[in-house]
Amino acid sequence: MSTLVIAEHDNKSLKVSTLNTVAAAQAIGGTIDILVAGANCGAVATAAAAVPGVGKVLVADNPAYEYQLAENVSLLIAEVAAGYDNILAPATPNCKNFMPRVAALLDVAQISEVISVLSADTFQRPIYAGNVIATVQSTDAKKVITVRTTAYDGVPATGGSATIEALSAAHDAGISAFVNQEVVVSERPELTSASVVISGGRGMQNGENFKLLDGIADKLGAAIGASRAAVDAGFVPNDMQVGQTGKIVAPDLYIAVGISGAIQHLAGMKDSKVIVAINKDEDAPIFQVADYGLVADLFVALPEFEAKL
Amino acid sequence: MKVLVAVKRVVDYNVKVRAKADGSDVDLNNVKMAINPFCEIAVEEAVRLKEAGIATEVIAVSVGDKSCQEQIRTALALGADRGIQVETQGNVEPLVVAKLLKAVVDKEKPQLVILGKQSIDGDNNQTGQMLGALANMGQGTFASKVVVAGDRVNVTREIDGGLQTLSLKLPAIVTTDLRLNEPRYASLPNIMKAKKKTLDVFTPEDLGVAVTSHLIRVKVQPPAARQAGIKVKDVQELVDKLKNEAKVIS
Repeated sequence: MSTLVIAEHDNKSLKVSTLNTVAAAQAIGGTIDILVAGANCGAVATAAAAVPGVGKVLVADNPAYEYQLAENVSLLIAEVAAGYDNILAPATPNCKNFMPRVAALLDVAQISEVISVLSADTFQRPIYAGNVIATVQSTDAKKVITVRTTAYDGVPATGGSATIEALSAAHDAGISAFVNQEVVVSERPELTSASVVISGGRGMQNGENFKLLDGIADKLGAAIGASRAAVDAGFVPNDMQVGQTGKIVAPDLYIAVGISGAIQHLAGMKDSKVIVAINKDEDAPIFQVADYGLVADLFVALPEFEAKL
Repeated sequence: MKVLVAVKRVVDYNVKVRAKADGSDVDLNNVKMAINPFCEIAVEEAVRLKEAGIATEVIAVSVGDKSCQEQIRTALALGADRGIQVETQGNVEPLVVAKLLKAVVDKEKPQLVILGKQSIDGDNNQTGQMLGALANMGQGTFASKVVVAGDRVNVTREIDGGLQTLSLKLPAIVTTDLRLNEPRYASLPNIMKAKKKTLDVFTPEDLGVAVTSHLIRVKVQPPAARQAGIKVKDVQELVDKLKNEAKVIS
């Protein structure tokens, strides 16, 4: 059995999500190679070769892959896939973009967001935003899989000595082009990768009051989120939404403020390691999932919390 | 130009879905169904393109049993011009849905196909990309902005930590993310009008697509339950617990 892991990178450094994916590949068993598709991505290949347990690092270094455009990268991966039983990638926005294209080119299913490998062909994955865990068995000879990175601890980044092999294949589908990229330079981490998230709900009463979360977020290095109720009420923009129809987060610490705990919100945050709820309604469903609940008026509790941090 | 928009009938997002006790499937008896939220955003974007004079016709397509006609009617009430149902039974995998949509694309020749980035039941996030590969079209997934200019479309997409803009040759695929727009509510007169709009029904055989299965659902089960914790009496106790017991802040 052989597995090809698609490296997540920005042409400069190998992302940790690749290490999580190698861990999932080890759970399947067999040999593991890594594919790095990019441009001027030599440093990434070197880093990938240092990952323990990896046999070969295949590097497709070509301008066509600079921004990992799905139309181009999928052609490359589908070609390289000929020599492998499994193609694995982390379920990052980048890999989620091109992996289904790879699956369609190979005429196989994709198994998305795998959280557990039960055997070489049987996997567990969350459906209905994690309210249900499905066990699925693949009947495809070749399996295309994305891995939910929060489900696997990454393998070490160093200690291995894989060989590096250059691929000359240059696939440019010619139907898409990169225009520009604005990476938001925020002093706050991204919601989906933050180790601490503090979210406000309808109890915040208006958008102005979300400023009460700023000081706490600053002190904890937290990202700020919101419930759908707060978004629907127009307090904050949609991209802050945590929940089934928003972002799914699993930080070390999640603080829910003025959030009742609607199902759709719980679906987006219940895998957090520690959950804190601050709500003045002691019967709010959020307390049923909270490790630490504080029944209090948030307008009193938040300034006090900030001061004590 | 013609715009094809795909809609899916799913469990309403406010419903807490449970696995059946025997683990065979999720329990969908007497559960409220609705249009998938991301598909609703897709319909809204298509209708806005029509209102802006860019789209000439908006066609809503759904793959499913007869009940999905309800969601096609919803799309028609929101402003789509006509509907297509591809009649299937039971669970159809994303690859097959993509093949069926590809057949509809071949028939209708839209310049733009807009889909939700994922449905909130299967959470697969695959169909749009698979359709892109099968139809050999460029794709702008997780879109927060769509601008049609001549024979290309510029799609701004949500990526890790920011936004990326791509220029795609038409015809192209767009999959919607939350920020793209805020869907309108259908007015009563439009709901009435939608009942009179054309809705064609095709079978997979009509479209020349074999409904295959690549995955066996072995079982479904509830996730590991989370224990409710404790109530703290004040902010000081909360801070102490987080520092000394949970050790998540320092």
